[in-house]
Amino acid sequence: MTLVNKTAAELQSLLHNKEVSVKELTESAFSRIEEVDGEVQAFLKTTKEEALERAEQLDQEPMEGRGPLFGLPIGIKDNIVTKGIETTAASKMLEGFVPVYDATVVEKVNEAGMVSVGKLNLDEFAMGSTTESSAFKKTTNPWNIAHVPGGSSGGSAAAVAAGEVPFSLGSDTGGSVRQPAAFCGIVGMKPTYGRVSRSGLVGLAGSLDQIGPMTRNVEDNALLLSAISGVDARDSSSSSQPVPDFRAALTGDVKGLKIAVPKEFIGEGVPAPIQNAVKEALNVLESLGAQWEEVSLPHVKYAAPTYYVICSSEASSNLSRYDGIRFGYRAEGVKNLEELYTRSRAEGFGEEVKKRILFGTYALSADHHEDLYVQSQKVRTLIAQDFATVFEKYDVIIGPTSATTAYEMGQTVKDPLMLYTNDVLTVPVNLAGVPAISVPCGFSDGLPIGLQIIGKHFDEATIYKTAHAFEQATDFHTRTPSLGEGK
Amino acid sequence: MTQFTNEDVKYFAGFAKLAVSDEEAAVYAEKLSELAGFAKELKEVNTEGIAPMTHPIQLYNVLREDVPVDVLDREEMLKSVREHEDGQIKVPNIL
Amino acid sequence: MNFETIVGLEVHVELKTDTKIMSPAPAHFGADPNRNIHVVDLAYPGVLPTLNKRAVEYGMKAALALNCEIAPVMNFDRKHYFYPDNPKAYQISQDDRPIGSNGWVEIEVDGKKKKIRIERVHLEEDAGKLTHSDYGYSLVDLNRQGTPLIEIVTEADVRSPEEAYAFLEKLKAIIQYTGVSDVRMEEGSLRCDANISLRPFGQEQFGTKTELKNLNSFNFVRRGIANEVERQEKILLAGGEIQQETRRYDEATGETTLMRVKGSANDYRFINDPDLTEVHIDEAWIDRVRAEIPELPDARKDRYMNELDLPAYDAMVLTLTKEMSDFFDATVATGADAKLASNWLMGDVSAYLNAEAKELHETALTPEGLASMVKLITDGTISSKIAKKVFKELIEKGGDAADIVKAKGLVQISDEGALRTMVNEALDANPQSIEDYKNGKDRAIGFIVGQVMKASKGQANPPLVNKILLEEIQKR
Ligand SMILES: [Mg+2]
Ligand SMILES: [Zn+2]
Repeated sequence: MTLVNKTAAELQSLLHNKEVSVKELTESAFSRIEEVDGEVQAFLKTTKEEALERAEQLDQEPMEGRGPLFGLPIGIKDNIVTKGIETTAASKMLEGFVPVYDATVVEKVNEAGMVSVGKLNLDEFAMGSTTESSAFKKTTNPWNIAHVPGGSSGGSAAAVAAGEVPFSLGSDTGGSVRQPAAFCGIVGMKPTYGRVSRSGLVGLAGSLDQIGPMTRNVEDNALLLSAISGVDARDSSSSSQPVPDFRAALTGDVKGLKIAVPKEFIGEGVPAPIQNAVKEALNVLESLGAQWEEVSLPHVKYAAPTYYVICSSEASSNLSRYDGIRFGYRAEGVKNLEELYTRSRAEGFGEEVKKRILFGTYALSADHHEDLYVQSQKVRTLIAQDFATVFEKYDVIIGPTSATTAYEMGQTVKDPLMLYTNDVLTVPVNLAGVPAISVPCGFSDGLPIGLQIIGKHFDEATIYKTAHAFEQATDFHTRTPSLGEGK
Repeated sequence: MTQFTNEDVKYFAGFAKLAVSDEEAAVYAEKLSELAGFAKELKEVNTEGIAPMTHPIQLYNVLREDVPVDVLDREEMLKSVREHEDGQIKVPNIL
Repeated sequence: MNFETIVGLEVHVELKTDTKIMSPAPAHFGADPNRNIHVVDLAYPGVLPTLNKRAVEYGMKAALALNCEIAPVMNFDRKHYFYPDNPKAYQISQDDRPIGSNGWVEIEVDGKKKKIRIERVHLEEDAGKLTHSDYGYSLVDLNRQGTPLIEIVTEADVRSPEEAYAFLEKLKAIIQYTGVSDVRMEEGSLRCDANISLRPFGQEQFGTKTELKNLNSFNFVRRGIANEVERQEKILLAGGEIQQETRRYDEATGETTLMRVKGSANDYRFINDPDLTEVHIDEAWIDRVRAEIPELPDARKDRYMNELDLPAYDAMVLTLTKEMSDFFDATVATGADAKLASNWLMGDVSAYLNAEAKELHETALTPEGLASMVKLITDGTISSKIAKKVFKELIEKGGDAADIVKAKGLVQISDEGALRTMVNEALDANPQSIEDYKNGKDRAIGFIVGQVMKASKGQANPPLVNKILLEEIQKR
């Protein structure tokens, strides 16, 4: 029985009817992992022993009082710290590093009664959009293993798409939940900045980072976001906005919904199959009673350079703590302190990370601070204002999540600028701090296409309502990759 | 500057404390030039009178009460430290 | 001297909060290495700073006491540099929006008053402690990491080593009065660096400055600056140029030595810390904090001189520490004579504290106790001499002077008949003294008084003994 292709609600009723135990559910996740992860390579580490032990304990808990996520398996992106379980951020720098505390989201999924099955691969320190910069392994796209799963939450997306786990946590600094969700044909939400605590998320860029849920369907996604959201005393940037029961928003009713479609998101850079899939999705929503109009976000054309300057600058700052002294990689045989620093960091970090650290150091240096760093923050203001203006008249903004389907392995290494063009679709959302989801809306050459729905600050509910209505009217979310079948 | 020389790379690597060989410097010089060229576009945006955005959500006065909590156990902390002595972290001398 | 001395001071003061500025670890001096640490202090992956409210209020209090304007909106910035005592490789500090700015402190040197302007007061976190060994390595203790600091930066208004000394004394007193810090240089809760340059008199432009570090006492600050001024003067007189550099004061030799040359090597790459929110400070908050600031030393000094008629010297000494000044105020509040109370505090009390290396609160003396003794002196119940015995009892065991006097039978003998008998006995026993007095040697009187005091075990009323003795000796 492949339990992990079922929705949370279905699994919950199986548990309630005692047709399956938490332990059996957990075992089925591991048997699927054992079956397909050799191909998918989503997990950096599985924690079968701990998970089964926890499952047995959870099975002792009374039925009443169990929440909607009780007993369900989840995978955690490996830049989210887990107490007592190695957390590497896919970097040699943190190989063997065992955190002494749990990230707030980990505490929250534990409180919800979920069972963590392991840590998922990513681009090193979440820098990238293919998961190829992981220091440890290359995760494949379950729809076509010659392709990347996207990134940086590639492991989180692939594990859900491959049916290894129904839930995973990713993190999104410039699209790192939404783009791999699109590439792998699943649902990925980047919540409003401040909605989910960043405590325990290995910092890439503090003003952009946000943890988000990744699932096979919208309802599960809404459940997980409700569970992990909320103000946290350990994260001063977390918001005390009340956390709604997002599942309650899934009414299916989008009559009168006002949709804005930025012309910058469906322009010439976007190939026909993707443009068509988005237009088809708009038709579906229109048929459900929504209205859409074309709008403009005039400054988003500067979003990619703005993002690269801000993200690299903050990253160069955040990653200076990896100095070989208190934890992490330490170079051998150094002569003095300077060498300890420079060699530990040179040997511990991969090339992409070092490139961004160097670029950020340059952007923050005295001579460029004003015209690069500060200027990018000003342009960021303009981009955020573009969104605010559109949201005065519209409920959601819709476009593609990515201008392409999943790249072939190794392709972007040859053509890095391709990544920057794709970033135009996802990074403005992080710059503005607004929430956005990616839901499957089609296929091209057997690879999934993602639809991006962007909402107002703290209005994830409207995003979920829209995404759910679209999902229920289509069948993309029911398709599964043929991975592992018949083997 | 949007064209990086090997020396430029090493200058910034000095601040970032990254050892960079000559060959690596050449690789990074190319990559950084590309990024810097890309970022040059930002200069064409008129941002007169526009305030820089440092935080995406405006929160203020998020303050903690001055009440101590349990400390991190020293022995637990030392498990991640490669070299230590008498409860302190060992580092090579400056020179 | 051909040159004018220009000095700016940078003073770091540790704030006496219960927890660190950005983590909830205890902020205590002197614990075992790496015992007062929190995951935030270690800069572990994923940790975020949380701002201590009391640290903000203490910073505000200090800034207000230094006559600063308070920033209506402030934030924290990251200042980047690698060092083993700096775990994040950035220090959380304040760059362009410090909590306080444009303040001043008034000093007095050689009877002349002068204002030293304060450019800024900002909040930041302290670094850990690095101990260098002789065996090629250093040891890192992160207990101090994250202790809240204020950095006080003066304008380059200081014109001599003496002014620097006077400024620090005054600054220390003010901060100590606010109660936000122990301001103890020996424990490192106050640290000072000096920026020193010279310029020919009459020239407006400043010369190249050097930064002087490792000044571990106010005296070293004074001597260090004097020495550095001398060194720069020599170079300039010989036609040389001053290099912009950091120098270290060597306590053993009293000289300054080169630490490092300042080039473009410092590029701190400040960024507004995205992990922390802005702090908005409104008038109501400022008023609340201002209301907690006690009367400061200068105001007290004025009050002592104008309302209590104390000499300037007394007023200055009594206000050096808040503890002494509070004690004095409490003593006088019970109605004790101000000058007499001042004399005792500056004299016997201070001598006792010095000899025992104690602070006032570590003794048994209370303002009520001191006042009770002062009153007995004023109304003639005890002599100053007896008071010394009473005082010893008061400061060591506490209590009320009247009880001590009664218990020990120390009441002054003011009965004229009894005293006259004692005087005559003394005169009878010392005919030579009578002779000497008749021959014009006034000292003889003192000798006889001494004999009477001795015979009365110090309890005779000295003025009365004097008076009776003069009467009786005339009769002989
Ligand atoms: Mg300074
Ligand atoms: Zn400082």
